[in-house]
Amino acid sequence: MTLIQRLNANSSFKAVGGFALAAIVLFGIAPAALSDFRLSLLAKFLCFAIVAVGIGLAWGRGGMLTLGQGVFFGIGAYIMAMHMQMADAAKAHEDVPEFMSIAGISELPSYWQPFASAPVAIIGILVLPAAIAAVLGFGVFKRRVKGAYFAILSQALAAALAILLTGQQTIGGFTGLSDFKTFFGFRLDDPVNRRMMFFIAAGALLIVVAIARQLMNSRYGELLVAVRDQEERVRFLGYDPANIKIVAYVVAAFFAGIAGALFTPIVGIISPADIGVVPSIAFLIGVAIGGRTALLGPVLGAIGVAWAQTTLSENFPSGWTYIQGALFIVVVGFLPAGLAGLWPLARQFAGRFRPAKPEGPAVGAGAAIVASVMSTGAAADDEVKVKA
Amino acid sequence: MEVAVGQLFTGLSLGSILLLAALGLSLTFGQMGVINMAHGEFIMAGCYTTFVVQQVIHSTGVALIVSLFVGFLVGGLLGAALEMGLIRWMYDRPLDTLLVTFGVGLVLQQVTRDIFGAPAKNVVAPDWLTGGLSIAGTVVPKTRIFIMVLAVAAVIALATVLKTTPLGRRIRAVVQNRSLAETSGVSSRFTDISTFFIGSGLAAVAGVALTLIGSTSPTIGQSYLVDAFLVVVIGGLGQIKGTVIAAFGMGLLNSFVEYSTTASVAKVIVFVVIVIFLQVRPQGLFTVRTRSLA
Repeated sequence: MTLIQRLNANSSFKAVGGFALAAIVLFGIAPAALSDFRLSLLAKFLCFAIVAVGIGLAWGRGGMLTLGQGVFFGIGAYIMAMHMQMADAAKAHEDVPEFMSIAGISELPSYWQPFASAPVAIIGILVLPAAIAAVLGFGVFKRRVKGAYFAILSQALAAALAILLTGQQTIGGFTGLSDFKTFFGFRLDDPVNRRMMFFIAAGALLIVVAIARQLMNSRYGELLVAVRDQEERVRFLGYDPANIKIVAYVVAAFFAGIAGALFTPIVGIISPADIGVVPSIAFLIGVAIGGRTALLGPVLGAIGVAWAQTTLSENFPSGWTYIQGALFIVVVGFLPAGLAGLWPLARQFAGRFRPAKPEGPAVGAGAAIVASVMSTGAAADDEVKVKA
Repeated sequence: MEVAVGQLFTGLSLGSILLLAALGLSLTFGQMGVINMAHGEFIMAGCYTTFVVQQVIHSTGVALIVSLFVGFLVGGLLGAALEMGLIRWMYDRPLDTLLVTFGVGLVLQQVTRDIFGAPAKNVVAPDWLTGGLSIAGTVVPKTRIFIMVLAVAAVIALATVLKTTPLGRRIRAVVQNRSLAETSGVSSRFTDISTFFIGSGLAAVAGVALTLIGSTSPTIGQSYLVDAFLVVVIGGLGQIKGTVIAAFGMGLLNSFVEYSTTASVAKVIVFVVIVIFLQVRPQGLFTVRTRSLA
């Protein structure tokens, strides 16, 4: 018990340091070092990182392979887009957004109207993705649908939403929604406001990581890992694994919704192509590369992959697809713990040349519940965090 | 009445396509519990095989028949290669297999795009498949009838192989209890490879059929993959019976819902019905009785 307490005390100390460091990088160094264009690009990557944190929780810790985070991302993104469209229209004293009047739609559809009000839109962004995840999770996990079945259902949900949106002209159809002028009254073409969007995304990421860390290090986090590794055993201990899974799935959806809502004003367009089956699976690659079970692995992985994609696809448009495919094959197939999994190995090697610490984390003890939380979770995370 | 018959045929023909796409998937899923995301690309391989064969053989009728066999071989070899190269190393991690094969799918799509170009290719239907037949007052395109016949033939062929041949017995044994089958002297390695060969070959046959109703593009497989997965989920693990009922059920439901609403709303309704259905039968229509806890 003392060992766990000491490690916990140690890790929370490191966590505060890590957060301070991350805040300095995000709020001090990045805005100073990057051009407005690059900063806006980084803001977009931060949105993907927010989704990745949720996927890390649901997939890495909970073992739920969710292939449909694009759904929750999309709901957040579209609500924000609808709100901004209506705000712009109201400012120009029009009844309907510009794209609708071009398409010959003169009356605002009823499902748009609630989101004209800013508080309703914000509540919708925070509540709707989580509520839909709760309903689906309840329907699926309570009936013990799991593994590949759950993965397929979440993927089908993404396909269904993308098809639904593509077919609806009143929400932009295939081309989606774009041309936003203001974000809650602030002009989006103003560079100062665009930098502000970056700070909002950075702040959201820090909060999301903090929430995920608290969840992962709590008793709930241990239960979640236990459900992933031995669901039946957890059931026999008297817990309902379904409830534990639903919570992680809902939190992941909540994060994805926030990320989507930030993505729309930062990027300036949202269309079914951003939220369908393929983008939903593409969210996973950063998580897998960074390390799905680590806390910061998904964040760094998502940012790294998005950055690589942007730079590489500028120069080799078809090359990126090959690289993306190869990354899925190599990382998921042969390096399941991702880059974060290399860290304990590196420590082991380094340990040969240094006097070994007496209470080093047990590497590779995935079966034992507590041991796995300690080794793949807290210990490895905090090391990565300090490095970041 | 005529509308109902028309929708019935639309549903049956959509069901046949789903059935062809899902039959192989259900076989490989049942065999090893892995979801092969590259299955859609095997369908695409069938489409492009037809295109290539038609460039070589100018008689469209002969080309179509030849494509069915060549396509089966191409798809089967791709599937066997995938099993031997990647999937065999990842037996105990089915969810990771899903992502790895997704990567394979991405690569195959890009290879196709680099060889054949991104724009869609058209395959000419043979003369004896142009026009339509008049059935109970509605005109049904002959290509659709051909696809229905092909789907029925594929089911019968697969059922015969599974029920009567030694390979079929081995496949069924491994699906029911892998360890016990191995203990009894069944080579599960050989069985796995053969299953993948047959399953992926069937995907390519589905692809050959698809060229009759639309043009061929590198992403054609993806558009059928999600639906094929849903058919497998409803049908239950590795059950031909379940796959057939699920495919036609989904096809009919889709066509009748689509008639009263729009195509995109119909998709969503079908999805909701599937989730509700899984509340009643979480493991699908039919499942293999196993002694495992999971």
